[in-house]
Amino acid sequence: MNGLIGRKVGMTQVYNDQGRRIAVTVLEAGPCPVVQVKTPDTDGYSAVQLGFAEQKPSRLPKAEVKHFEKAGVKPCKVTKEFALDDGEVVKAGDAVTVNMFDGVKYVDVSGITKGRGFAGVFRRYRIGGGPMTHGGHSKRRIGSIGARDLPGWVEKGKRMPGHMGCVNRKARNLAVVQVRGEENLILVAGAVPGAKGAVVIIRKALKK
Amino acid sequence: MIAKAIDKINAEQKAKITDVKAAPEFQVGDSVKVFVKIKEGDKERVQAFAGTVIARDGANGSSATFTVRRISFGVGVEKVFPVYSPYIDKVEVERSASVRRAKLYYLRNLTGKKARLREAKDTR
Repeated sequence: MNGLIGRKVGMTQVYNDQGRRIAVTVLEAGPCPVVQVKTPDTDGYSAVQLGFAEQKPSRLPKAEVKHFEKAGVKPCKVTKEFALDDGEVVKAGDAVTVNMFDGVKYVDVSGITKGRGFAGVFRRYRIGGGPMTHGGHSKRRIGSIGARDLPGWVEKGKRMPGHMGCVNRKARNLAVVQVRGEENLILVAGAVPGAKGAVVIIRKALKK
Repeated sequence: MIAKAIDKINAEQKAKITDVKAAPEFQVGDSVKVFVKIKEGDKERVQAFAGTVIARDGANGSSATFTVRRISFGVGVEKVFPVYSPYIDKVEVERSASVRRAKLYYLRNLTGKKARLREAKDTR
Protein backbone atom coordinates (compact mmCIF):
# COMPACT_ATOMS: atom_id res chain seq x y z
CA MET A 1 0.00 0.00 0.00
CA ASN A 2 1.33 3.40 -0.82
CA GLY A 3 -0.72 5.68 1.39
CA LEU A 4 -3.15 6.40 4.15
CA ILE A 5 -5.97 8.80 4.97
CA GLY A 6 -5.39 11.21 7.84
CA ARG A 7 -6.27 14.47 9.42
CA LYS A 8 -4.19 17.60 10.01
CA VAL A 9 -3.81 18.21 13.74
CA GLY A 10 -1.63 21.32 13.71
CA MET A 11 1.95 22.54 13.75
CA THR A 12 4.65 22.74 16.39
CA GLN A 13 8.43 22.52 16.72
CA VAL A 14 10.62 19.59 17.67
CA TYR A 15 14.35 19.14 18.05
CA ASN A 16 16.06 16.75 15.67
CA ASP A 17 19.12 14.58 16.27
CA GLN A 18 21.42 17.52 15.61
CA GLY A 19 19.62 19.55 18.28
CA ARG A 20 18.16 21.95 15.74
CA ARG A 21 14.57 23.08 15.96
CA ILE A 22 12.42 22.15 13.01
CA ALA A 23 8.84 23.12 12.26
CA VAL A 24 6.65 20.06 11.92
CA THR A 25 3.05 19.35 11.03
CA VAL A 26 1.33 16.77 13.21
CA LEU A 27 -0.98 14.48 11.27
CA GLU A 28 -3.37 11.95 12.70
CA ALA A 29 -3.13 9.04 10.26
CA GLY A 30 -5.43 6.07 10.34
CA PRO A 31 -6.14 3.47 11.50
CA CYS A 32 -7.86 2.89 8.20
CA PRO A 33 -10.00 -0.22 7.67
CA VAL A 34 -9.81 -1.91 4.30
CA VAL A 35 -13.30 -1.48 2.89
CA GLN A 36 -12.85 -3.16 -0.47
CA VAL A 37 -10.13 -4.98 -2.37
CA LYS A 38 -10.25 -4.47 -6.12
CA THR A 39 -8.74 -7.17 -8.31
CA PRO A 40 -8.06 -7.34 -12.05
CA ASP A 41 -10.62 -10.15 -12.34
CA THR A 42 -13.53 -8.24 -10.91
CA ASP A 43 -12.62 -4.58 -11.43
CA GLY A 44 -10.02 -4.58 -14.17
CA TYR A 45 -7.26 -3.26 -11.90
CA SER A 46 -5.92 -3.89 -8.44
CA ALA A 47 -6.31 -1.45 -5.57
CA VAL A 48 -7.61 -1.19 -2.05
CA GLN A 49 -10.28 1.12 -0.76
CA LEU A 50 -9.51 2.47 2.71
CA GLY A 51 -11.91 4.22 5.05
CA PHE A 52 -11.28 6.91 7.67
CA ALA A 53 -13.28 8.68 10.41
CA GLU A 54 -16.35 6.89 11.74
CA GLN A 55 -19.78 7.97 10.58
CA LYS A 56 -23.26 7.20 11.92
CA PRO A 57 -25.02 4.76 9.58
CA SER A 58 -28.11 6.99 9.66
CA ARG A 59 -26.17 9.72 7.91
CA LEU A 60 -25.19 7.58 4.94
CA PRO A 61 -27.21 6.22 2.01
CA LYS A 62 -28.28 2.63 2.53
CA ALA A 63 -26.13 1.51 -0.38
CA GLU A 64 -23.02 2.83 1.33
CA VAL A 65 -23.99 1.36 4.69
CA LYS A 66 -24.30 -2.05 3.02
CA HIS A 67 -20.95 -1.51 1.31
CA PHE A 68 -19.26 -1.12 4.69
CA GLU A 69 -21.30 -3.94 6.16
CA LYS A 70 -20.08 -6.27 3.46
CA ALA A 71 -16.49 -5.61 4.49
CA GLY A 72 -17.41 -5.99 8.15
CA VAL A 73 -16.14 -2.53 9.09
CA LYS A 74 -17.78 0.48 10.71
CA PRO A 75 -19.16 3.11 8.31
CA CYS A 76 -16.63 5.83 7.45
CA LYS A 77 -16.90 9.46 6.43
CA VAL A 78 -14.06 9.28 3.93
CA THR A 79 -13.01 6.54 1.54
CA LYS A 80 -10.09 6.57 -0.83
CA GLU A 81 -8.42 4.09 -3.16
CA PHE A 82 -4.73 3.28 -2.95
CA ALA A 83 -2.51 1.21 -5.21
CA LEU A 84 -1.09 -2.04 -3.90
CA ASP A 85 2.58 -2.95 -3.88
CA ASP A 86 3.58 -5.93 -5.98
CA GLY A 87 2.62 -9.16 -4.30
CA GLU A 88 0.95 -7.44 -1.36
CA VAL A 89 -2.07 -9.33 -0.06
CA VAL A 90 -4.78 -7.66 2.00
CA LYS A 91 -8.34 -8.57 2.75
CA ALA A 92 -11.39 -6.50 3.58
CA GLY A 93 -11.69 -5.76 7.28
CA ASP A 94 -7.95 -5.41 7.90
CA ALA A 95 -6.85 -2.21 9.61
CA VAL A 96 -3.95 -0.22 8.18
CA THR A 97 -2.10 1.85 10.76
CA VAL A 98 0.43 4.65 10.66
CA ASN A 99 3.13 2.03 11.26
CA MET A 100 3.20 1.52 7.49
CA PHE A 101 5.40 4.64 7.42
CA ASP A 102 8.04 3.11 9.70
CA GLY A 103 11.35 3.49 7.90
CA VAL A 104 9.86 5.73 5.22
CA LYS A 105 11.96 8.87 4.83
CA TYR A 106 9.76 11.13 2.72
CA VAL A 107 6.04 11.48 2.12
CA ASP A 108 3.71 13.45 -0.13
CA VAL A 109 0.73 15.00 1.62
CA SER A 110 -2.26 16.25 -0.35
CA GLY A 111 -5.27 18.12 0.92
CA ILE A 112 -7.69 20.91 0.15
CA THR A 113 -6.17 24.35 0.79
CA LYS A 114 -7.87 26.94 2.96
CA GLY A 115 -10.54 28.87 1.06
CA ARG A 116 -9.78 32.57 0.63
CA GLY A 117 -13.02 33.52 -1.13
CA PHE A 118 -12.92 36.23 -3.78
CA ALA A 119 -9.38 37.56 -3.40
CA GLY A 120 -7.68 40.53 -5.00
CA VAL A 121 -4.43 40.39 -6.92
CA PHE A 122 -2.29 41.43 -3.94
CA ARG A 123 -3.22 38.27 -2.17
CA ARG A 124 -3.93 35.96 -5.10
CA TYR A 125 -0.87 36.65 -7.27
CA ARG A 126 1.31 38.90 -5.09
CA ILE A 127 1.17 41.68 -7.63
CA GLY A 128 2.65 44.82 -6.10
CA GLY A 129 -0.15 47.20 -7.06
CA GLY A 130 0.18 50.93 -7.46
CA PRO A 131 1.50 53.66 -5.17
CA MET A 132 -0.32 54.12 -1.87
CA THR A 133 0.60 57.81 -1.68
CA HIS A 134 1.44 60.67 -4.05
CA GLY A 135 -2.11 60.55 -5.41
CA GLY A 136 -2.05 56.87 -6.28
CA HIS A 137 -5.29 55.73 -7.86
CA SER A 138 -4.53 52.05 -8.26
CA LYS A 139 -3.51 51.27 -4.71
CA ARG A 140 -4.36 47.58 -4.58
CA ARG A 141 -5.39 47.26 -8.20
CA ILE A 142 -3.60 45.42 -11.00
CA GLY A 143 -3.04 48.51 -13.13
CA SER A 144 -3.05 48.06 -16.86
CA ILE A 145 -4.39 44.83 -18.34
CA GLY A 146 -2.96 45.38 -21.79
CA ALA A 147 -2.53 47.73 -24.75
CA ARG A 148 -5.44 49.33 -26.63
CA ASP A 149 -5.80 48.64 -30.34
CA LEU A 150 -2.92 46.22 -30.63
CA PRO A 151 -3.82 43.45 -29.96
CA GLY A 152 -7.23 44.79 -28.98
CA TRP A 153 -7.99 42.10 -26.40
CA VAL A 154 -6.89 41.00 -22.98
CA GLU A 155 -4.47 38.09 -23.11
CA LYS A 156 -5.73 34.75 -21.90
CA GLY A 157 -4.77 33.83 -18.38
CA LYS A 158 -4.26 37.50 -17.39
CA ARG A 159 -3.93 37.52 -13.63
CA MET A 160 -6.98 39.19 -12.14
CA PRO A 161 -8.99 39.06 -8.90
CA GLY A 162 -11.11 35.98 -8.37
CA HIS A 163 -11.74 32.95 -6.26
CA MET A 164 -8.72 31.70 -4.33
CA GLY A 165 -8.01 28.58 -2.32
CA CYS A 166 -10.21 25.56 -1.63
CA VAL A 167 -8.39 23.50 -4.27
CA ASN A 168 -6.52 20.22 -4.07
CA ARG A 169 -2.82 20.72 -3.53
CA LYS A 170 0.02 18.38 -2.73
CA ALA A 171 3.11 19.07 -0.64
CA ARG A 172 5.81 16.76 -1.97
CA ASN A 173 8.88 15.20 -0.36
CA LEU A 174 8.20 16.16 3.22
CA ALA A 175 10.66 14.47 5.55
CA VAL A 176 9.14 12.12 8.12
CA VAL A 177 10.37 13.27 11.53
CA GLN A 178 8.56 10.85 13.82
CA VAL A 179 6.04 8.03 13.58
CA ARG A 180 4.07 7.53 16.78
CA GLY A 181 2.28 4.24 16.32
CA GLU A 182 0.42 4.22 19.62
CA GLU A 183 -1.21 7.58 19.07
CA ASN A 184 -1.66 7.14 15.31
CA LEU A 185 0.38 10.26 14.71
CA ILE A 186 2.99 11.11 12.11
CA LEU A 187 5.16 14.23 12.25
CA VAL A 188 6.35 15.63 8.93
CA ALA A 189 8.74 18.53 8.41
CA GLY A 190 7.17 21.65 6.98
CA ALA A 191 3.66 22.77 6.16
CA VAL A 192 0.77 20.82 4.71
CA PRO A 193 -2.19 22.17 2.71
CA GLY A 194 -5.49 22.62 4.53
CA ALA A 195 -6.91 23.85 7.80
CA LYS A 196 -6.57 22.14 11.15
CA GLY A 197 -8.87 19.14 11.26
CA ALA A 198 -8.97 18.85 7.46
CA VAL A 199 -8.68 15.45 5.81
CA VAL A 200 -5.35 14.81 4.10
CA ILE A 201 -3.97 11.95 2.04
CA ILE A 202 -0.49 10.82 3.05
CA ARG A 203 1.47 8.85 0.47
CA LYS A 204 5.00 7.52 0.31
CA ALA A 205 6.99 10.06 -1.69
CA LEU A 206 6.75 9.44 -5.41
CA LYS A 207 9.94 11.20 -6.46
CA LYS A 208 12.41 10.35 -3.69
CA MET B 1 -7.68 14.64 20.61
CA ILE B 2 -6.62 17.33 18.20
CA ALA B 3 -5.28 19.93 20.60
CA LYS B 4 -4.18 17.36 23.13
CA ALA B 5 -1.80 15.66 20.70
CA ILE B 6 0.12 18.89 20.14
CA ASP B 7 0.22 19.66 23.85
CA LYS B 8 1.59 16.22 24.53
CA ILE B 9 4.35 16.57 21.95
CA ASN B 10 5.27 20.01 23.31
CA ALA B 11 5.34 18.74 26.88
CA GLU B 12 7.53 15.85 25.78
CA GLN B 13 9.99 18.21 24.11
CA LYS B 14 10.19 20.30 27.25
CA ALA B 15 10.53 17.28 29.53
CA LYS B 16 13.38 15.94 27.41
CA ILE B 17 15.44 18.97 28.45
CA THR B 18 14.16 19.56 31.99
CA ASP B 19 14.61 15.90 32.92
CA VAL B 20 18.34 16.21 32.33
CA LYS B 21 18.92 19.68 33.78
CA ALA B 22 16.94 22.45 35.41
CA ALA B 23 15.51 25.09 33.12
CA PRO B 24 17.75 28.17 33.12
CA GLU B 25 16.58 30.84 35.55
CA PHE B 26 17.07 34.48 34.75
CA GLN B 27 15.04 37.63 34.26
CA VAL B 28 14.84 40.38 31.71
CA GLY B 29 17.61 42.89 32.44
CA ASP B 30 20.02 40.32 33.82
CA SER B 31 23.56 40.21 32.53
CA VAL B 32 24.05 36.59 31.61
CA LYS B 33 26.60 34.27 30.13
CA VAL B 34 25.03 31.68 27.84
CA PHE B 35 27.12 28.56 27.32
CA VAL B 36 26.26 27.03 23.96
CA LYS B 37 27.42 23.65 22.80
CA ILE B 38 28.94 23.82 19.34
CA LYS B 39 29.58 20.79 17.18
CA GLU B 40 32.61 20.90 14.91
CA GLY B 41 32.82 17.72 12.94
CA ASP B 42 32.57 15.08 15.64
CA LYS B 43 34.06 17.27 18.34
CA GLU B 44 31.90 19.28 20.70
CA ARG B 45 32.95 22.38 22.54
CA VAL B 46 31.23 25.03 24.62
CA GLN B 47 31.18 28.67 23.66
CA ALA B 48 29.96 31.48 25.88
CA PHE B 49 27.93 34.47 24.77
CA ALA B 50 27.73 37.19 27.39
CA GLY B 51 25.25 40.04 27.32
CA THR B 52 22.02 41.49 28.64
CA VAL B 53 18.71 39.68 28.39
CA ILE B 54 16.46 42.17 26.64
CA ALA B 55 13.43 39.98 25.98
CA ARG B 56 11.81 36.70 26.73
CA ASP B 57 9.19 35.36 24.34
CA GLY B 58 6.80 32.47 24.23
CA ALA B 59 5.74 32.49 27.90
CA ASN B 60 6.71 29.15 29.41
CA GLY B 61 5.93 27.04 26.36
CA SER B 62 8.25 24.51 24.82
CA SER B 63 9.24 26.95 22.09
CA ALA B 64 10.02 29.87 24.43
CA THR B 65 13.05 31.98 23.50
CA PHE B 66 15.13 34.75 25.02
CA THR B 67 17.16 37.47 23.39
CA VAL B 68 20.64 38.42 24.58
CA ARG B 69 22.22 41.68 23.46
CA ARG B 70 25.81 42.77 23.75
CA ILE B 71 28.08 45.36 22.20
CA SER B 72 30.88 43.62 20.37
CA PHE B 73 33.68 45.79 18.93
CA GLY B 74 31.32 48.74 18.91
CA VAL B 75 28.59 46.85 17.07
CA GLY B 76 25.39 45.71 18.74
CA VAL B 77 24.91 41.94 18.47
CA GLU B 78 21.75 40.11 19.44
CA LYS B 79 21.25 36.39 19.68
CA VAL B 80 17.98 34.56 20.18
CA PHE B 81 18.21 31.32 22.13
CA PRO B 82 15.49 28.74 22.75
CA VAL B 83 15.03 28.31 26.51
CA TYR B 84 14.55 24.56 26.23
CA SER B 85 17.31 23.82 23.77
CA PRO B 86 19.51 20.75 24.12
CA TYR B 87 22.30 22.95 22.79
CA ILE B 88 22.35 25.29 25.76
CA ASP B 89 24.74 23.97 28.37
CA LYS B 90 23.91 26.48 31.09
CA VAL B 91 23.04 30.11 31.68
CA GLU B 92 24.97 32.00 34.36
CA VAL B 93 23.52 35.20 35.81
CA GLU B 94 26.34 37.66 36.49
CA ARG B 95 24.37 40.73 37.50
CA SER B 96 20.72 41.63 37.90
CA ALA B 97 19.22 44.98 37.04
CA SER B 98 15.96 46.55 38.07
CA VAL B 99 13.97 47.25 34.94
CA ARG B 100 10.45 48.53 34.42
CA ARG B 101 9.68 46.86 31.12
CA ALA B 102 9.32 43.29 29.88
CA LYS B 103 11.12 44.08 26.63
CA LEU B 104 14.20 46.28 26.71
CA TYR B 105 14.18 47.11 23.02
CA TYR B 106 14.87 50.75 23.86
CA LEU B 107 18.46 49.77 24.60
CA ARG B 108 18.97 49.37 20.87
CA ASN B 109 18.77 53.12 20.43
CA LEU B 110 21.11 53.91 23.30
CA THR B 111 24.86 53.68 23.49
CA GLY B 112 27.59 54.19 26.03
CA LYS B 113 26.60 55.48 29.47
CA LYS B 114 22.94 55.81 28.51
CA ALA B 115 22.68 52.12 27.81
CA ARG B 116 23.44 51.16 31.39
CA LEU B 117 20.83 49.52 33.61
CA ARG B 118 20.33 50.25 37.31
CA GLU B 119 21.55 47.37 39.43
CA ALA B 120 18.86 45.50 41.32
CA LYS B 121 18.76 45.84 45.08
CA ASP B 122 19.03 42.66 47.09
CA THR B 123 15.54 43.18 48.43
CA ARG B 124 13.94 42.57 45.05
